[in-house]
Amino acid sequence: MTTLPSRRQARRHVLPGLPLTLGYATLYLSLIVLIPLAALILKAATLGADGFLDAVTSPRVLAALRVSFFTALAASLINVPIGLTIAWTLTRYRVPGRRLIDALIDLPFALPTAVAGITLTTLLAPNGWLGAPLAEAGIRVAYTPLGIIVALTFIGLPFVVRSLQPVLEDLGPEPEEAARSLGATPTQTFWRVTLPALYPALLSGFTLALARTVGEYGSVVFISGNLPFKTEIAPLLIVGKLEQYDYAGAAAVAVAMLVISVALLLAANTAQARLSRRGER
Amino acid sequence: MVTLTLVLVGLLLLLPLLLVFITALRSGLGPYLQALQLPDTQAAVRLSLLTVLIAVPLNTVFGVSAAWATAKFDFPGRSLLLTLIDLPLAISPVISGLVYVLLFGRQGWLGPWLEANDLKIIFAPAGIILATTFVTFAYVARELIPVMQAQGRDDEEAALTLGASGWQTFMRVTLPNIRWALLYGVIMCNARALGEFGAVSVVSGKIRGLTNTLPLHVEILYNEYQTVAAFAVASLLALFALLTLALKALIEARTGRAHT
Repeated sequence: MTTLPSRRQARRHVLPGLPLTLGYATLYLSLIVLIPLAALILKAATLGADGFLDAVTSPRVLAALRVSFFTALAASLINVPIGLTIAWTLTRYRVPGRRLIDALIDLPFALPTAVAGITLTTLLAPNGWLGAPLAEAGIRVAYTPLGIIVALTFIGLPFVVRSLQPVLEDLGPEPEEAARSLGATPTQTFWRVTLPALYPALLSGFTLALARTVGEYGSVVFISGNLPFKTEIAPLLIVGKLEQYDYAGAAAVAVAMLVISVALLLAANTAQARLSRRGER
Repeated sequence: MVTLTLVLVGLLLLLPLLLVFITALRSGLGPYLQALQLPDTQAAVRLSLLTVLIAVPLNTVFGVSAAWATAKFDFPGRSLLLTLIDLPLAISPVISGLVYVLLFGRQGWLGPWLEANDLKIIFAPAGIILATTFVTFAYVARELIPVMQAQGRDDEEAALTLGASGWQTFMRVTLPNIRWALLYGVIMCNARALGEFGAVSVVSGKIRGLTNTLPLHVEILYNEYQTVAAFAVASLLALFALLTLALKALIEARTGRAHT
């Protein structure tokens, strides 16, 4: 009788290492991430509620937050059709060099952002390979909000393609063939059959791209021109405040950005849950 | 559709890549090699390597620990821990640097104490290593957790029942099972650590030859209108990015795994 509980206990603990690994993971997480983040929030809190609100609602801060948010939003929206086109081609067509293109998709992820920044700037500057013909057509890209959007499109692209690819691979041509045999046109089939099946993946790709690009710095600072109220992004404003030793002000802007990022992720998770529930029904 | 894809990939990905190498070699091989041999470039290479050699192993050990705890066990607070591990991914690189300035900077919480003890973290290599560690924090853990979860704990339990010790089980059973996912995570962690710019730029102070990593060195050269030199250093980083992509494709082909 007395052996029973101890045997059950032994069974429960047969795999060792939980205290050690959990303890270490928690300690390391606290040291590297949680304590520094607490320092940030405490620093912002030294301003008091009024001081904090003043700091984050100053016209220049609001303008920078707007630039960061709307350029990231625009770039992520642009990446939806671009990513869909590329993912579609890679999964549905036999393209020459398919594996090479597939590997290249992750370039924005592997290439340091500063390298992407100077490269896109050189490419799109008024005397650049693409910038010169565009300038002749009257379109200025570098040193305008459009330049920021191009840089963020580059950065966000792999997130959309990589979210779509596995879903497109699993989807298979059967539902589309069924729709076609029932008399739907290719356009109807795409809009009513294929696209709805891709909504969750599109949304998650869009969100990942948005989350990554809203705080992006390295690829943007070179191409944006950094004009206050026009092309100054929020991370750059933080750097500027740090250089003027306005630590509390920098912390306040950072906290505002964190709130925006967390709100975005929560909204996306909710939408994602709702979409996949609808998909099950 | 295919043509459109080729145009998009060509314009968005291939053209920038070509521009890096063509601009770097614009004045021929001599100036290219000269730029790479500058003492400041060499110092940046050394600091970048040092940073990667510390940050990546730290995050690898963490990733294995966190994956072992969260994938093989269930405990209260597990999903909170998983969310917190992902947190650094949702934070702007600049903020990842800022938090350490607020902690260790001259006006930071621990600044006076550090100064009294003659320790320097901000505007020194230690800060660069910390900021890089923060940014690449989740890379290995995120690769390992789903893989280890899918594998369950049957293999380990069998090994333990047959008399293996915990450490033997990990080395001989778990590690071979996760080796590709581990390698994949380390490669991605490594690529991000080497290329990190925003976080490092905040804590570095950009002292030439002392606290410049390769991406920061690229920025300085570029801002000084030393275009060929800037792109020469950038081409080193681009070559490394291509190597990363090749290794990544190789692992994917080897394991037949889907894309991440």
